[in-house]
Amino acid sequence: MVTLLGWLVFILSIIAIVRLIKIYELASEMRGGKPQWEVTESDNRFNARMMIVFGVAFFAFCFWLFFAYKDKLLPISASEHGTHIDWLFNFNMAIIGVVFVAANAVLFFFAYKYFGSKKNNKATFFTESHKLELIWTVIPGVVLVVIIFLGIKTWNNITAPAQGESMVMELYAKQFDWTARYAGKDNKLGRRNFRLITDTNPMGLDLTDPDGKDDIVVHNEFHIPKGKQIDFKLGSRDVIHSAYMPHFRAQMNCVPGMTTMFHFVPTVSTDEMRKRPEVIKNMTEVNELLAKKGEPPVEFNYLLLCNKICGLSHYNMQMNIIVDEPAQFNEWISKQKTVGETISASTENKTDNDKMLAEKK
Amino acid sequence: MSHDHTHSEQHHDAHHHEESFISKYVFSMDHKMIARQFLVTAIFMAFAAMVMSTLFRLQIAWPDEKFAVMNWLLGDKWALGGKMSPEIYLGLVTIHGTILVFFVLTGGLSGTFANLLIPYQVGSRDMASPLLNMLSYWFFLIGAIIMLGSVFIPTGPAAPGWTIYPPLSALPEAMPGSGMGMTLWLISMTLFIVSALLAGLNYIITVLNLRTVGMTMMRLPLTIWALLVTAILGVLSFPVLLSACLLLVFDRVLGTSFYLSDIYINGTPLEHAGGSPILFQHLFWFLGHPEVYIIILPALGLMSEIISVNSRKPIFGYRAMVGSILVIALLSFVVWGHHMFVTGMNPFLGSVFVFTTVLIAIPSAVKAFNYITTLWKGTIRFTPAMLFAIGAVSTFITGGVTGIILADAALDINLHDTYFVVAHFHIVMGLSAILAMCGGVYHWFPKMYLRMMNKKLGYAHFWLTFIAAYGVFFPQHFLGLAGVPRRYYTNSAFPLFENLVNIEELSTWFAILGAAAQFIFFFNFFYSIFRGEKATKNPWGSNTLEWTTPVEHIHGNWGEKLPVVHRWAYDYSKPGAAEDFIPQTVPLAPGEQDEGRGGHP
Ligand code: HEM
Ligand SMILES: [Cu+2]
Ligand SMILES: [Cu+2]
Repeated sequence: MVTLLGWLVFILSIIAIVRLIKIYELASEMRGGKPQWEVTESDNRFNARMMIVFGVAFFAFCFWLFFAYKDKLLPISASEHGTHIDWLFNFNMAIIGVVFVAANAVLFFFAYKYFGSKKNNKATFFTESHKLELIWTVIPGVVLVVIIFLGIKTWNNITAPAQGESMVMELYAKQFDWTARYAGKDNKLGRRNFRLITDTNPMGLDLTDPDGKDDIVVHNEFHIPKGKQIDFKLGSRDVIHSAYMPHFRAQMNCVPGMTTMFHFVPTVSTDEMRKRPEVIKNMTEVNELLAKKGEPPVEFNYLLLCNKICGLSHYNMQMNIIVDEPAQFNEWISKQKTVGETISASTENKTDNDKMLAEKK
Repeated sequence: MSHDHTHSEQHHDAHHHEESFISKYVFSMDHKMIARQFLVTAIFMAFAAMVMSTLFRLQIAWPDEKFAVMNWLLGDKWALGGKMSPEIYLGLVTIHGTILVFFVLTGGLSGTFANLLIPYQVGSRDMASPLLNMLSYWFFLIGAIIMLGSVFIPTGPAAPGWTIYPPLSALPEAMPGSGMGMTLWLISMTLFIVSALLAGLNYIITVLNLRTVGMTMMRLPLTIWALLVTAILGVLSFPVLLSACLLLVFDRVLGTSFYLSDIYINGTPLEHAGGSPILFQHLFWFLGHPEVYIIILPALGLMSEIISVNSRKPIFGYRAMVGSILVIALLSFVVWGHHMFVTGMNPFLGSVFVFTTVLIAIPSAVKAFNYITTLWKGTIRFTPAMLFAIGAVSTFITGGVTGIILADAALDINLHDTYFVVAHFHIVMGLSAILAMCGGVYHWFPKMYLRMMNKKLGYAHFWLTFIAAYGVFFPQHFLGLAGVPRRYYTNSAFPLFENLVNIEELSTWFAILGAAAQFIFFFNFFYSIFRGEKATKNPWGSNTLEWTTPVEHIHGNWGEKLPVVHRWAYDYSKPGAAEDFIPQTVPLAPGEQDEGRGGHP
């Protein structure tokens, strides 16, 4: 019934539109004179004013967005290099912000000011000016050279091989979850091989490699110590994933068949971040919204997200990151079972181990 | 080069030429008809892609809601009870992107305006090879049909994003769309590339060889410069995409390992060894970056023409404009790595790509400034086309500046693959090119359909579109800055993103407005084809040669004699002239300087 009615309305409105068109055509024929497509002075004036109205509204919209959302963006960087990235971002943003506002403003203003009318009916024949063109080639050129210089400097600092003492660990991706592996006491990751992958050994760890005996494998969340350089090795066993840790301004692809790297020094512990006023404010908002949906409240956590499309559940491939004070971290890590311990446990009690690994999976 | 002779031989059967319906409307070899075929096909494809985007915008903004319209359009398989499935979400995102980038803004934009304007504006009777031209349309059409058809197959369309990175796209086990859907994607794109190559060669040869007497390179309208350089870019870069796709096909069906190595999926280790998924990205972006300029250059060309004509002023800095087109084209081949900063590339290589990428902003800025200066002290006439062109300059600026942020590898670390990138390229490329293309349709409609489009509807279309366009994409910068990744089926898996959801909603509301506004255009377009007011010979008072042809379409464009060119295309409001325009066919007055030849006051 409703469908029928829908169709009826649809057909009737088509008929109505056709009638209206006919009337419109007749009317314009009777009016005679100028064809409708010719632009009149009042058209020009209307659109010129619209340019200003639009320009003002557009900037108002941009600034409103900026002020409404600036506290909802990422909190201050929780890593050392991230602070440099944030500085560079603000620096570049200031420059492009000026260009964005100035160029658009001039564009809308000229479009308004020079609309054709009886008063303004003779355009100026102005074909080129080497001076002007030189100015707007050289000035952007100089500014961009500064941007390039600072950009490359920061980039080189971030990507230079890890210097000094660092803690090696691996982030291993597969459809659709993450595994973190610590290198353990020797700070060396044991070998792994995709041909060794089984249900009970989802990373394909080479259990004969002595370096791997003290490795520690964790799921769901991993801890890192504040103030220590973490040297991540990244891998994937199926498709490309990307380890994205926005709070640390860190991202690196995980590519099957190769090992990629990224290192950073976390500088703000999870507890410290949870106490920051902007984080508290945001989490209050988030929890209010969750409560409305009938979901339990959450606490702030650093996140590892997948940021390279990797299949159907790409949108839900996450791990929490906990930044501990060094002492806390040592305590936590000492409680984790090493790979070696897990194996010996499994030889003692096979079924128990299977159950545990299956759970982890 | 001089072409005095070639043309007198060409005006063979200009008049007495009876054609059947089939040869006139279907298998036409006439550039004007082929242009219209490309345009109508592109409009249809754009409509399909727009519907897709409205659907996935609804999903991402209200992931917990159910929408009857989704079930209605997608059926029970993909939207049971009105709830979209992740397969089709990613599939629609992929096909939407592919259609708009390739079929609308490459094939559609160049296909329409290169076909229409190259012969017209260089003063030639047709394309160098009308047969190749016709073939290029048919390859395009078949490719388009396959691409769109792939949405309806049982396993769903290709779904790894328009950039189809392997291994995701190589292994049917990795996602349902990587089976049959991906096969169809590759077949369709192969046809598309053949079409682009045939068309591109034809455009280049026509511009280089069939210019009429007096049409020197430095008298060419900027539209032609843009279309020429675009065609050269396409001919140089599409073969690389073709080989990238071929290697992918080999990996998929022959078991080779160009892109695959050390993979364990679906419970089995694969035999592929020694390949690199990153190789694909290098090949893809070696085309992919020039490709974005293949999209924007024709748009900039159309804007140059429209802005100059409707400011009644010469385009400012003609030679700088030509120069920046050439510099952009050159640089566009050495910046592709900026899409791969976080693939683990050598940091030094990264620095090189930062350098080249930021450099490309200079010629882009020159173009933007020159458009603005063209408006200065003009007498602007706001035709719908002019509004669209000005809108396109605005979006080109707004989207261009964020490119500088992304070009900075250090900043890209945190922004790559977030909504910030989505905002950047939709504004700078998507919006600018679509707006310019709309402008082109309003401006050259009288040359295509011999009738005029409705002005008032054009105004309504522009203002609603422009408002909606910024409304959709500007807020997305903030999502990116908050760390929200692109290509997520829903953000609700991350409670931390919960208080950003109203940005997604805002964006979707504007998307709905924008989609609705396009119906004004569809109506205006199809209505005007049949019932619009009859066009006059030169409605906008333009200088270029297409407006010297008879009002009706004739085979061979001009009668007995081809036009002879005496001046550049931009003598608008020249002091001392009786009218505010002097067509290119008007001889120079005694003592008059031709600006195009390099003389300047
Ligand atoms: C001012 C000049 C520009 C610069 C410096 C620039 C820089 C960049 C960079 C660095 C990226 C990679 C971002 C990432 O994936 O992390 C990017 C993405 C992109 N840019 Fe630009 N861009 C500029 C202008 C343009 C123009 C004019 C177009 C198109 C006409 C364009 C189209 C695109 C597209 C399509 C992508 C994203 C492709 C994808 O990942 O799906 N850009 N741009
Ligand atoms: Cu993923
Ligand atoms: Cu690029």
